[in-house]
Amino acid sequence: MNSSRQVTFLFLASAIIALMVGIFFGVIGGFQYILPLFLKESMGFTKARPLHVTLVVTWIFSAAIGGIYYYLPKIFGKLYSIRLAYLHFILFVITGCAILFCFFTNQFGGKEYLEFPPYLAFPMLLTWVLFMVNFFMTIKGKFLQAPIYIWMWTTGISFFFFTLLETYLWTIPFFRDNIVRDVTVQWKSMGSLVGSWNMLVYGTAFYIMEKISGNEIHTRSNKVFFFYFLGLTNLMFNWGHHIYIVPSAPWIGNIAYIISMTELLILGNIIYTWKKSVNESRQHIHLLPIRFLSSSDVWVFLNLTLAILISIPAVNAYTHGTHITVAHAMGTTIGINTMILLASLFFIIQQENISMSASHSFIIKKGFWVVNISLLVFWISLIACGIIKASEQQKGTIFQQMMEMLSPWFHSFLIAGIGVFIGLLMICYPLFINFINNRIPKTVSES
Amino acid sequence: MNRLIVFIILILLFLSFTAYVYTLGTEGPNVKMSDESIRGKLLFQKYNCTACHQIYGLGGYLGPDLTTEISQPGKGEAYAAALLKNGSVRMPNFHLSETEIKELVEFLKYVDATAITYKNKGTSPIMNQ
Ligand code: HEC
Ligand code: HEM
Repeated sequence: MNSSRQVTFLFLASAIIALMVGIFFGVIGGFQYILPLFLKESMGFTKARPLHVTLVVTWIFSAAIGGIYYYLPKIFGKLYSIRLAYLHFILFVITGCAILFCFFTNQFGGKEYLEFPPYLAFPMLLTWVLFMVNFFMTIKGKFLQAPIYIWMWTTGISFFFFTLLETYLWTIPFFRDNIVRDVTVQWKSMGSLVGSWNMLVYGTAFYIMEKISGNEIHTRSNKVFFFYFLGLTNLMFNWGHHIYIVPSAPWIGNIAYIISMTELLILGNIIYTWKKSVNESRQHIHLLPIRFLSSSDVWVFLNLTLAILISIPAVNAYTHGTHITVAHAMGTTIGINTMILLASLFFIIQQENISMSASHSFIIKKGFWVVNISLLVFWISLIACGIIKASEQQKGTIFQQMMEMLSPWFHSFLIAGIGVFIGLLMICYPLFINFINNRIPKTVSES
Repeated sequence: MNRLIVFIILILLFLSFTAYVYTLGTEGPNVKMSDESIRGKLLFQKYNCTACHQIYGLGGYLGPDLTTEISQPGKGEAYAAALLKNGSVRMPNFHLSETEIKELVEFLKYVDATAITYKNKGTSPIMNQ
């Protein structure tokens, strides 16, 4: 039997470890905001930040990849090669450990989000190629008629590959020796990076919705493809709203501004379908995947509103470089991506007929509320920091003084961050135990 | 089929846009980067200064944006060099050599010279920091 269950569970269990360890470093970083001397020598912000960001991004990718390995055989009958998937997993773990080792031993040399020494890009690229081969050989010849989630996964996988090549252009003097070019290309590739993981995650959400509702029309409709193409256009061109302040051709920023505003259509559509989806999801709210998907809807709404606001140049001039950007980054990666991926993990548990104990279900449901309420406080605190910083910068307040003024909000940010950590632990610990205990099916079913 | 056409058109637009961004779109102000500032840039990456500092918006938020560090009133080369030599409560002391400090400052000078958008915008919040 061509079952990808075991390799999926390996990816998902490592994803959970990456998430929990990653948030732990985030909390350390949060402490350093209010206690500058906290672990300054041994685990300073220089290490804590890249450890945090790299590990949580690893969570997003490996939870998405694990899911795709699981869903592909369900969609197409079989995965091209299980062996290749194992090879992918092994190389992924080795590369990941090498990156962590570099961070712990203060070996940097890369760029934002990829701060490790550049030679590690080679194994990373190879890991991705293994995944690409498996994916494209599995869907070969079936792409055109495929439902939306296959298009999204295809886009996400291709764009991530492109991103990896593009972020390393700085190693060529033509890019390296011109800061305007370097920074612009860097922001551009970050746009593709975030866009690519969003495509993987949103595709996953569409797949789960289709399977739970039993309705295949929606994932093949023209309307859903219209929004996919709109999303793709944004992925390609809207990153320019990060560089309004960079002296590159104004054209790039103007295009980005126009394209970013098309997100209003997406926002409109969300509000339009809101009531319907609330009604539908109410019937299934007892199901954990639906519960997590519904909360991601709320976070899409909040973060998209924020994103559209800060894409307006007149607003961006003030909010740029403040914690509002961090609010947006973490609001989306936690509220949207993490919620959808948790829904996917619970969906897989359900599909495998793994029954969770009553106490586990109880803890998870409580954890759900702890995360969402903490995240709201976390998000609001960061926005408050951003607003104060923007207005104080305007008055010319010096940096140290500004940090003092932000202190109460940094405190609430930290406390809420600890809440996010505890809430996610309440959800992830039972999940992890179930993945590990049920790695090998107890009875092999014939279906 | 229609979907494929839309897809291909978008990809072609993206590739043309990419070519433009890599070349004409990012010529920037006519300021050359000296060898010293190139080394400074690589040091900036080696010590992961970007964890706390932004340059043109890229980087962490624990420390101030350094894009116009050199030309800001009350700051400048000597101030930057002093901070780099000793660190501060929040900023680590990297035990940099004199050459390294010089190269990092050269890099910041170069970045500052390119930052015309910051300076033209008299009301830019970052300018007044
Ligand atoms: C752990 C965070 C951190 C790291 C890493 C860091 N800095 Fe700083 N830096 C700060 C903070 C915070 C300040 C503001 C001064 C203060 O409050 O102590 C600062 C101030 C500065 C200043 C003066 C800017 C001003 O406007 O006051 C310069 C220049 C500077 N840093 C350069 C660097 C360089 C170059 C590196 C890498 C070698 C670096 N920093 C690494 C946190 C950091
Ligand atoms: C699922 C959980 C989380 C995810 C996915 C996540 C993701 C991220 C991302 C993507 C960034 C980069 C932001 C940017 O560059 O703008 C970031 C930064 C950061 N996060 Fe998190 N985060 C999570 C939880 C937490 C928690 C619980 C804390 C605790 C306080 C925390 C503290 C921080 C800090 C201090 C930074 C650095 C901000 C700076 O640059 O100064 N994170 N996080």
